[in-house]
Amino acid sequence: MRDHIKVQVARYLPEKQSEQTFDEHEIPCPKDWVVLDGLNYIKDRIDGSLSFRWSCRMGICGSCGMTVNGEPKLTCATFLAEYAPGPIRIEPLRNFPIIRDLIVDIGDFMRKLVSVKPWIVRKYEKPLRDGEYIQTPQELDEFKQFSMCINCMLCYAACPVYGLDPKFIGPAAIALAQRYNLDNRDEGAAQRMEVLSEHAGMWGCTFVGECTKVCPKHVDPAGAIQRYKLTGAIESMKAFFMPRGA
Amino acid sequence: MTPTHDVVLVGGGGAGLRAAIAIAEFNPRLDIAVVSKVYPMRSHTVSAEGGAAGAIAADDSLDEHAFDTIAGGDWLCDQDAVEAFVREAPQELLRLEHWGCPWSRETNGRVGVRPFGGMKKMRTWFAADKTGFHMLHTLFQTSLKYTTVKRYDEWFVTKLLVDEGRVQGVVAIDLASGRVDAITARAVILCTGGCGKVFPFTTNAAINTGDGMALAYRAGAPLKDMEFVQYHPTGLPFTGILITEAARAEGGYLINKDGYRYLQDYNLGKPHKEPVFKSMELGPRDRLSQAFMKELEKGRTIETPYGHVVHLDLRHLGAKKIDAKIPFVRELCMKYQGLDPVKDLIPVRPVVHYMMGGVHTDINGATPLLGLYAAGETACVSINGANRLGSNSLPELLVFGARAGRAAAEYASQWFEVTPGIVAQIEDERRYVERDLLNRKGHERIADVRAEMQKTMEASAGIYRDRASLARGAAELSQLRGRLADLCIEDDSRTFNTERVSALELGFMVDIADTIIAAAAKREESRGAHQRTDFPKRDDVRFLSHSVVFRNEDGSPRVDYLPVTITRWPPAERVYGEAAAHAGSHQGTGSTLPAGETV
Repeated sequence: MRDHIKVQVARYLPEKQSEQTFDEHEIPCPKDWVVLDGLNYIKDRIDGSLSFRWSCRMGICGSCGMTVNGEPKLTCATFLAEYAPGPIRIEPLRNFPIIRDLIVDIGDFMRKLVSVKPWIVRKYEKPLRDGEYIQTPQELDEFKQFSMCINCMLCYAACPVYGLDPKFIGPAAIALAQRYNLDNRDEGAAQRMEVLSEHAGMWGCTFVGECTKVCPKHVDPAGAIQRYKLTGAIESMKAFFMPRGA
Repeated sequence: MTPTHDVVLVGGGGAGLRAAIAIAEFNPRLDIAVVSKVYPMRSHTVSAEGGAAGAIAADDSLDEHAFDTIAGGDWLCDQDAVEAFVREAPQELLRLEHWGCPWSRETNGRVGVRPFGGMKKMRTWFAADKTGFHMLHTLFQTSLKYTTVKRYDEWFVTKLLVDEGRVQGVVAIDLASGRVDAITARAVILCTGGCGKVFPFTTNAAINTGDGMALAYRAGAPLKDMEFVQYHPTGLPFTGILITEAARAEGGYLINKDGYRYLQDYNLGKPHKEPVFKSMELGPRDRLSQAFMKELEKGRTIETPYGHVVHLDLRHLGAKKIDAKIPFVRELCMKYQGLDPVKDLIPVRPVVHYMMGGVHTDINGATPLLGLYAAGETACVSINGANRLGSNSLPELLVFGARAGRAAAEYASQWFEVTPGIVAQIEDERRYVERDLLNRKGHERIADVRAEMQKTMEASAGIYRDRASLARGAAELSQLRGRLADLCIEDDSRTFNTERVSALELGFMVDIADTIIAAAAKREESRGAHQRTDFPKRDDVRFLSHSVVFRNEDGSPRVDYLPVTITRWPPAERVYGEAAAHAGSHQGTGSTLPAGETV
């Protein structure tokens, strides 16, 4: 059980290096260790300067996404033993600027998220004393899947369109826009459509579907984008054929 | 000098974000900053599973929620705070519904509620078993529409600035650049969550290092009721991943190695097929964790490579119910334990989960230090007393996050200048964090000292404690301080230096560990989660009071006491099982839970 595995970890420190390098370590590989446990082993016992993000270690906080043997993975939900005897190569998520070692800059996503207004938009907000908005389990199911996004950024790392055109608003942000559009309490779909119809909005997606494949929470961003495009196409047809205000 | 912001929030989890929104709505002219060491949606609120209590059912009442909470807390709760809490909890949960939180629903579209441990009625709102995740993302996404809320994502606060008796801001490291800066403010609200990482085996995330508690303590604010550490009875061995109490609320059994529902031996009622309110598996967490220890003593637990366990049996619930009500339990078991609860038993053991204690605040989140507020798990108001009931922490962070936000907003609406005295403090802290710490090349690895502290805490201040174990703990902690001064920080770079952060967090945790041991040593009684084998009975004559720990000049802890506020529920015996049906101001039926699906 206590076999070992060879790990190659990407290192990059902008203060000292102009290019990424790799460190190689031989570490234990018990069957219940996830990749993140291996990284913590290195940090705690071998090299305290190795830098990466992590927190919950249960696949819900979304901090520890990295590239593992070429694929975007949550390292707290990926078992080391699956890659034994190695070598296993751990790199930062692709398509993002690297801050250091395995840490990438997700500021771009944070700004895009705000742009799709991921909150309930209503003309008239019902006062609290009138109780909850009625939402049947079926109505909840309409958007529930898209509300499961943990913002782990695996879908951006996998998206070939985002890789070529960083202006593309991207899978998670579109899925979250759709999460609110499909919520029967929300009336903001038209406002979001304005943002998403722009050049860098949903039209950039060529439906490669990589985002859905890598999503650890089965959110299906590709499905959200396709549905959105359909609505968008219908809306623009309506706008074309019908006079304004009709 | 004008401060950078009107109010600075340290921490961007549930309490911090709720407070930020409350401030923005209270006074749209106030400039608000959320300073968090992680992106807010990474905060540990995200891991909360089972639900959030707020009495809304036709057969429920605020008084019953209050009574259950007070009895659950073994009469150490401040009853005025509990009354405010139960009154405002349903309003806050409803507000979150209006903001889009995907609460699980009844077939008619109304919000559904589920039973929970120690609660006599169904009053726990839930979003399947990812309640905290949905609450946090709803709060975070909603907070984005308030343009007066500025965020400092991935900034680590190292110190509170206090001058002329007022808190005036913080010093923090911008992790990406490594720059150390002052962020000044008229008021500061600490919302940094718990400190589970002081212990070796915990459901808490890596970030739960008690930063806010230590910041307050070092700045002169006392910590309250720190001896009360909650062990959740059902954590997965090795990982410490939580299996939510909802699994038992939906009908799960706890069984020992003989397949026997052992809770019936510990004054928690008789076993029925269906769950019964405040009975057996729906007893409170402290009592269930203590029962595990007794089973361990009797040799009736199961030995595994990661310690002794008992089994949580959900098999009789069936795949349909498990997938509808507790899908995350199934997901976690399959992923991390390699088993399927639909057909397999789940190995579980008690795991450190929640800190009842925290920064001493009043009912509005204000600490005794002018300009300093706290809310959520960081704070101790106290509504949790000696043992928090499951599903009270999520509404607590909403109710008291909002209260602290409004109180801080009102205070910060007055005009204060930043006093010149803080300039030297900023420079000192900058020198320490930028130079001294980065050049610390001692002989001790952070991970070793941290592991030693955690081991010490489990051995000396675990589920059962006594004078000798606590004295040993205090001595070991004082030795650890020497090792802490001899740390080696290998990483001397500025860019995202996580090792420097770990060193600072470890320093915070050792301070907190000190306060836990000191308060536990002085409380010579057993109450709720604080069980002294040398003083096995509750002692209302000597200890119906809150402990408050102050930091002496030399860094040592000093324990004092404050009275508990009793309004309408005089101290009584805490009863579960059949007897619970007849306890309290309102008589319940004690019947089994209503059958039927709420999803």
